[in-house]
Amino acid sequence: MALLLRPIVSFLFFFATIAYGSVIEEEEFSEELLLKPLPDRKVLGYFHFESKAPPTNTYGRHHRLFPKAIYQLVQKFRVRELELSFTQGRWNYERWGGFDPISSSNAKPPGVELWAVFDVPEDQVDDSWKNLTHALSGLFCASVNFLESSTTYSSPDRSFRPFSGSLRYGTLPREAVCTENLTPWLKLLPCRDKAGLPALLDRPSIYRGFYHSQWLHLTSTESGSVGVESGIVLEQTLTVVLQPNTQRTSKTYSSDAVIQPSWSVSSIFGRKVSGRCVLAKSSNVYLLLEGGLVSEVKNLQKENEKSGAGSIAIEGFWSNPGFELSVIPDRVIKEVSSLHSKSSSVLYEFLIEKYSDSKPFDLGFTWKLPVVWSCPQAPLHASRFLMGSGNERGAIAISLKSTELSGGILGADIIEDSCRLRVDVFQVVPWYVKVYFHTLQVFVDEQPQTVTDVVEKIRVSPSEDKISPGVMEMVLKLPCDVKTAALTLEFDKGFLHIDEYPPDANQGFDIPSAVISFPDFRAGMHFLEDNSSNNSPMLSKFQERSPVLSYSEVLLVPLTTPDFSMPYNVITITCTVFALYFGSLLNVLRRRVGEEERLLKSKAAKKTGRLPELLSKLSAKLRGRPWEPPQSPSTSSSLISRKLIFKVTLVAGIAAAWQYYSG
Amino acid sequence: MTIPTAHGTFTSHVVSLKKRKTTPCLFLLPTLYAVIAHTLLPDTDSDLKKRWKRKRMEKTKRKPWFWIWATASIIFRLILIYFPRNLNLSSRPEVSTPLTSLRRLAEGYWLKQASMSPYAGSMYHGSPLLLSILGPLTVKRIEGQPSNLLCSLLFVIADFISAMLLRATGQNLQMAYNKSMKSLGLVRPLESSEVLSSRDIAALVYLWNPLTIVTCVGSSTSPIENLVIILSLYGASSGLVPLAAFGWVMATHFSLYPAILVIPVILLLGYGPDAPPRKLFLQGNSDKIGDNPSTDSYYQHKEVTNQPAVPIIFSWKPVLHFLLWASIWSFYVLVLCGISVRKYGGLLEMFKRTYGFILTVKDLSPNIGVLWYFFAEVFDFFRNFFLIVFHVNILFMILPLAIRLNHRPCFLAFVYIAISSMLKSYPSVGDSALYLGLLGLFVHELADMKFSFFLFCGYVGVSLLSPVMHNLWIWRGTGNANFYFATAMAYACLQIILVVESVSAVLNHDRMLRKLPITKP
Repeated sequence: MALLLRPIVSFLFFFATIAYGSVIEEEEFSEELLLKPLPDRKVLGYFHFESKAPPTNTYGRHHRLFPKAIYQLVQKFRVRELELSFTQGRWNYERWGGFDPISSSNAKPPGVELWAVFDVPEDQVDDSWKNLTHALSGLFCASVNFLESSTTYSSPDRSFRPFSGSLRYGTLPREAVCTENLTPWLKLLPCRDKAGLPALLDRPSIYRGFYHSQWLHLTSTESGSVGVESGIVLEQTLTVVLQPNTQRTSKTYSSDAVIQPSWSVSSIFGRKVSGRCVLAKSSNVYLLLEGGLVSEVKNLQKENEKSGAGSIAIEGFWSNPGFELSVIPDRVIKEVSSLHSKSSSVLYEFLIEKYSDSKPFDLGFTWKLPVVWSCPQAPLHASRFLMGSGNERGAIAISLKSTELSGGILGADIIEDSCRLRVDVFQVVPWYVKVYFHTLQVFVDEQPQTVTDVVEKIRVSPSEDKISPGVMEMVLKLPCDVKTAALTLEFDKGFLHIDEYPPDANQGFDIPSAVISFPDFRAGMHFLEDNSSNNSPMLSKFQERSPVLSYSEVLLVPLTTPDFSMPYNVITITCTVFALYFGSLLNVLRRRVGEEERLLKSKAAKKTGRLPELLSKLSAKLRGRPWEPPQSPSTSSSLISRKLIFKVTLVAGIAAAWQYYSG
Repeated sequence: MTIPTAHGTFTSHVVSLKKRKTTPCLFLLPTLYAVIAHTLLPDTDSDLKKRWKRKRMEKTKRKPWFWIWATASIIFRLILIYFPRNLNLSSRPEVSTPLTSLRRLAEGYWLKQASMSPYAGSMYHGSPLLLSILGPLTVKRIEGQPSNLLCSLLFVIADFISAMLLRATGQNLQMAYNKSMKSLGLVRPLESSEVLSSRDIAALVYLWNPLTIVTCVGSSTSPIENLVIILSLYGASSGLVPLAAFGWVMATHFSLYPAILVIPVILLLGYGPDAPPRKLFLQGNSDKIGDNPSTDSYYQHKEVTNQPAVPIIFSWKPVLHFLLWASIWSFYVLVLCGISVRKYGGLLEMFKRTYGFILTVKDLSPNIGVLWYFFAEVFDFFRNFFLIVFHVNILFMILPLAIRLNHRPCFLAFVYIAISSMLKSYPSVGDSALYLGLLGLFVHELADMKFSFFLFCGYVGVSLLSPVMHNLWIWRGTGNANFYFATAMAYACLQIILVVESVSAVLNHDRMLRKLPITKP
C-alpha cells in the first residue's frame, strides 16, 4: 500500500510545485557558516540559518521544523516583515568592509534594532507594534518592551524601506546583549545548539569577540493581502568577529608586515563540527576570500613562479604561497565580476554531511606569507560626532569622507557632467535632543553650501516633548568628486523630570545611530551560474542586490541633572515662599490704622440692619441682660433691608440654580 | 469742574486753557505742549505771562536733557546689536524663554515654510501672527551683518515706542492727579521740589534698565509683548478705548497673563487715572453732616474757594465701549490666526500649543522663575494640583487688590504685572523690565517705600549671581542645580518684597493724603 501511495504523493507534489512555482511546499531548514579572514588579523564568522514554512491554507497550522513561537507571532500580530537585531560592539566599516552584503545587511548598530511592517489598517499599527514589542521581549529575554513607548519608535517614510504607513522602527542603543538573549534565539533552531553548526557557538569564545550581532529576519505573506502566498521565511544570522590566538606567529618577515595569525575552526570557536543537524536540508561551511586578498595572493603566486619556486601545480588554489587550507574544499565558487575591485572573490564550499563524530570538521587556515589587503568600502565613510560643550546646547555633525576605493568606482561615472552621488540619511533623535532644523548647514569639501543645492529632499517630523522622537530623512546629492561632506544641526538639550532619568543619569543619553545608505550602489555578489548555488539560501541572499547601507556611531549626550535628593526640600521651600507672598500681601491689604478703624466702626454702627439688631437682642436675652440699642440708630434701614432682601434672593437663586444643574 | 474721567481730562484741560489764556502764542502751540505746560502751571496765578515764560525756559532746559538720554540709550542698543555673537544673549535662559525665543520662532517659521504646522514638534509656542510678522525677518540676511539684525532693529523701535508711551501715560497720570489734587484743594507737596517729572523717570528707567537692554539686544519677543501691554495702559489712561482694547487683546493673545489687566483697564476707563482715595471726595461732600469736627473748618473753606467735589461715578459708557472693542479685536485676531493656522489643525491646536503650553509648564528648562525646578522635582501625581495652586495664586490676589486699590488703576496694573511676572511659568527679565519701568511712574507715591535700597542691591546681586550659578551648573558642571535654584528663589523673594512694600507704601501714601488736610490748616 505504502509502495503504491508514494508515487502518487510524489506526483501530487510535483504537480503542486509546477503550479506554485517558487512557493514553499515543505518546511525547510538549512544551516550555513561563512568564514572570512579580515585584513586586521581577525576572522569573521557568519552563521546563517533559514527556516521556511509553507502558507497556512495549504499546509495547516502544525509544523515540524518551523518554530511555533514565531509562527504564532506572525499570526497574531499580522507581521508582514520583521527584523530584529541584538548587537554588541561596533562594526568597523574601514577594516571589515562596507560594500559587501554582510556589512550592509548584518552590520547593525549596537543594542537592539527592531523594525516591522504590519499588514493591518494604519490606525492599528501602533497597537500591533506595542503588542509585538512585548511578545518579542518575552521571547528573547530582552527589554524590547521599552520600544513600546511612543518616544522610542518612529515611522520612517521613504529612505529606510519602501513601505508607507505600516512600518515602525525603533532602537535601544544601550541594551546590553548577552548569552541570555542568545539562548532563546538558538531555541528557534530545530537542533538548537546540540548538533550541526550551532554546536560551534561556544558562549565564552563568542562573547570574547570584537563584535557579535544576532539577527532575525522574518518575511511572511501569511496574512495574504498580496496575491501569492509564499509562507513564512525566517532567517537567523549570527555575525561574530573573532581574534585568533596570535601566540604561534612570532616570526616577522623582512618587510614590516607581520604575518597574519593562522587559525582553525576549533581554535577560534573552541569546538569542532561533528556532523550536521539531521533536520537541515543543507549544511555547509564556506570560506570567503575577498577580491583584494585573492589578487594579492595571485601576485605572490606570480612572483613565486618567476623565481621558480612555484613549480607546484596549483590546481585548486587552496594551497598556494600565501596560505594553506587543512581541508580540501568540495567546491570552489568564483564571483563573476565585481564592480568595485579588480579581482573577483573566491568561495570555498565544504559539505558537513561528510563529517561525523569520529571525523569532525576542523578547517585550518595557515598563513605562509604576510599578505596585506583591504576590504571593499562604501563610497563614503560616514561618521557622526557631537560639537559644542556644556549641557545647554550642542550640534550633531555627520561627516562623510570619500574612501580611496570609491575613487575608482566614481571615476567610471565621472564622464557624465552632472555626476551626482546620492546619499540617503535617516536619523532619529530622542525628544530631549531638541533639534533646530532651520540651522541645518551643509559643507561640501569644507565649503558651506546652500542647503537647497545639496539636499534634494528632506522630510522632517520634529520631536514632540515626551510624545515622539524627531525623525529626519534626507536625500543628498553630492558631486561625485566630493572629498568630504558634512552636515551640522544644532540642538538644545532638554531637561527631564526627575523620574525620567535612568538610574545612572550622569552617564548620559544615547542618540541612536544614523542610517546612511547609498541607493545608487548595490552590494551583491554574483557567483558563477551554478545550479547548486540555488540550494544555498545564504548564497542566493548574497546575490540579491541590496543597497549599500552603513550605520553611524551611537552618540552619548550628557544631560544636566537636577539634584535627585531634593524633591521634598524644593516643594517645601517653594511653597513657603509663596505662602509668605500670599500672607504678607494680604496682611498689607487688610491692615488698617487707627483712624480708619474709627471710621469703619462708625460706619458699621450706621449700617446695622434689622437682622444684627435681632441677633444682638437674642444674645442679650440669652445672656440674661437687658438689651441696649446701638449708639446711633440706623438711618437707612429701609435701604439696607432692601439690600438684604436682594442678597438673600441672590443666594437663594444661586442655590436653586445649583440644585437645578447638578441634580 | 468735574473730576476727570478718562475722557474728560484731556479736553477739559484744553478748553480751560483756551478760555483762560488769551495770549496768541498759546494758540500756535501744539495741544500736547499746551497741556504739558498747563499741568506744570500752578493754578493760583495772576501773572500768567511771566510764569509761562519762566516755565518754558525751564522746559527748554530740561527737555533736551531727557531727549539726549533717550537717544543715547537707543544708540547704545544699536551698538550692542552689532555684537550678537560676542554677547550671546539670545540663548541666555534669563532672556529668552521657550515662549519668547526668537530662535524657536525661526524654527517655527522654517517648519511653516516646509508646509508643516509651525507647532509641530515642541519648538514654537508663540502666536501665528508674530510668526508671520517676524518670521520673514529672521530669514532675511543682509550681507556682512549679524543674522537677526532686522528683528533687533524692530525690537529697538518697539522699546523706544514703549518708552514714549510710558511717558505719555505718565503725563496723563500726572495731569489727572494734579487735577484731583486741585479739586481737593491740596497742593501737591512734592511738585515744587521735583527735578524730573515721574514720566521722564519712568521712560528713562525703562530705556536704561539693563534688563530692558539685555532683552532688546538678546533677540526675544518680549519687547513686543511689553509694547502691547503699555499700549493698552496708555490707551486706557488717555481714553482711547479702541487702542486700549487692541493692546489688551494683543497682549493676552501673545502671553495670556496680561488677561488679568482687564480689571485695571476697566477701572481706568471707568474712574479715570489714578487719584487719591475716593473717600476723600466723599468726605468733602459729607462734610455738612460733620462727623469729623477737626476738619470742618478746612472743608468749609475749601468749599468756598473751590467747586464742591462731586462724588465719582463709575462711567459705564467707556467700559462698554471697551468691551465691545475688545470683542471686535479678539474676533479679528482669532480670524487672522484661524486663517494662518487653518491648514495645521486650526485654532484649537493653536490654543493647545500656546496657552496649553503656558498653563501646563511642559518645558522644564531652567529659567529665572521657580516653577521649572519645582515641576522637575515634584511627584507626578501632585503635578496637576500644584499647577492649579500656582495659577490660582495669581488669580487669588486679583480681587483683594482690586478692592483696595481701585482708585489707582495704573498702580493696580503695575502690581498685577509684577505678580504675574513672578508667578508665571516662563518668566524672563523682560517682564521685570516692564514692571520696573512702570514703577518709575509712581516715584512720588513710593517715595517713602521701605527696603528700597535693599531691593536695589538684591536685584543687582541676583542678576550678577544668577548667570554665575548657571554657568557653574550647566557649562562647567561643577555647580549644582540647587545653587541656580537658590538665586531664582532669591529673585522671587525680591519680587515679593517689592510687590508687598510698594502696595503698602501706596496705601500709606493715601493715608497720609487723608491726614494732610488735618495738619495743614
